[in-house]
Amino acid sequence: MKVQILGSGCAKCKLLEKNAREAVAELALEAEVVKVSDIESIMAMGVMSTPALAIDGVVKSSGRVLSKDQITAFLVQ
Amino acid sequence: MWQETVDRLVDWIFSAKGGQSPDSALALALNFFIYDTVKIFILLIVIIFAISLLRSFFPPERTKGFLEKVPEFVGNILAALLGIVTPFCSCSAVPLFIGFIEAGVPLGVTFSFLVSAPMVNEVALVMLWGLFGWKIALLYIGSGLVVAIVSGAIIGRLHLEKWVEEYVYRIHSGEAVLETLTWKDRLKYASAAVGEIVGKVWAYVIVGIAIGGFMHGYAPADLLARYAGPAVWYAVPVAVLIGVPLYSNAAGVIPIVKVLMEKGMALGTSLAFMMAVTALSLPEAVILRKVLKPRLLALYFGIVAIGIMLTGYLFNAVL
Repeated sequence: MKVQILGSGCAKCKLLEKNAREAVAELALEAEVVKVSDIESIMAMGVMSTPALAIDGVVKSSGRVLSKDQITAFLVQ
Repeated sequence: MWQETVDRLVDWIFSAKGGQSPDSALALALNFFIYDTVKIFILLIVIIFAISLLRSFFPPERTKGFLEKVPEFVGNILAALLGIVTPFCSCSAVPLFIGFIEAGVPLGVTFSFLVSAPMVNEVALVMLWGLFGWKIALLYIGSGLVVAIVSGAIIGRLHLEKWVEEYVYRIHSGEAVLETLTWKDRLKYASAAVGEIVGKVWAYVIVGIAIGGFMHGYAPADLLARYAGPAVWYAVPVAVLIGVPLYSNAAGVIPIVKVLMEKGMALGTSLAFMMAVTALSLPEAVILRKVLKPRLLALYFGIVAIGIMLTGYLFNAVL
């Protein structure tokens, strides 16, 4: 599984990344958390407001920092 | 009623200490400080919550959809209005700009949005309403919208698409995904926004109001009339120049502007100053440089700055 954090490195993106890593660690998932900061890739996924979170290329949320629990809910789906 | 409570509290503090009379400058400054801080914090919480709840219905993907479909000048008006309700953070100005342009929203319409979104923001609104009353708050919103509509319309007329970085037109964005939010999600989003924004501005609010309160109590009443009164023609451009580096500090700047006005700064000059603080910012320029060639960036700043100055002169002349 691949958890992608979309954003150009603002404070909110780092917070989202941290929450995502915690969620993954807590579920003991074999998932990789990667940052996508290149604008062309962000746009290609149809995201206009960062930070955004995608799981295996599917955007789950954009424009807000999800909490660890919210990310967990997406991960277990 | 609230004013009376504060009056009584300040009277009590001073009578308990003995000596100082409740009408002394220190008492006045303290009175002003307590009254305004509590009022502003209550307003900040209530209004940011309400606006953020409204914003959860207008993600940029939906706003883009509205703007694709309308003719250009209507687009400028709609874009300026949507700038108020669409969540905007200068950190995501680039994907937003590319998303609009790529979807076929005209350049001028995109600019109307980019001018209005940071200028007519919830913090400025609360500070203006709380400290100056609804009339000046409405005047600020109204003139902010006019500046956004007109600047965007002018940029649109000039057909400057060639001054946008070429790669912007090569990007193909994927289908926008709209999350389906439940009411619980929206309420959570709004509460998070309150926490985030209040967390960011509270110190500025307190420092701004404290400085304002101090000046209110101590500075002579006509201190600024000679330098920033309606008759001083250069006050408006100077105010705009000073306002640009004070980006995102509407929270700290507006309480000080209130006192500057009491001490004789003209209303138009004050409005121009506040608009320059919110609308023109160097960090945003740096971010937009990624999508705009330097000439377009300079023109954008120039047109908005002129628009703000004209607004200042207009209100100085008519009010």
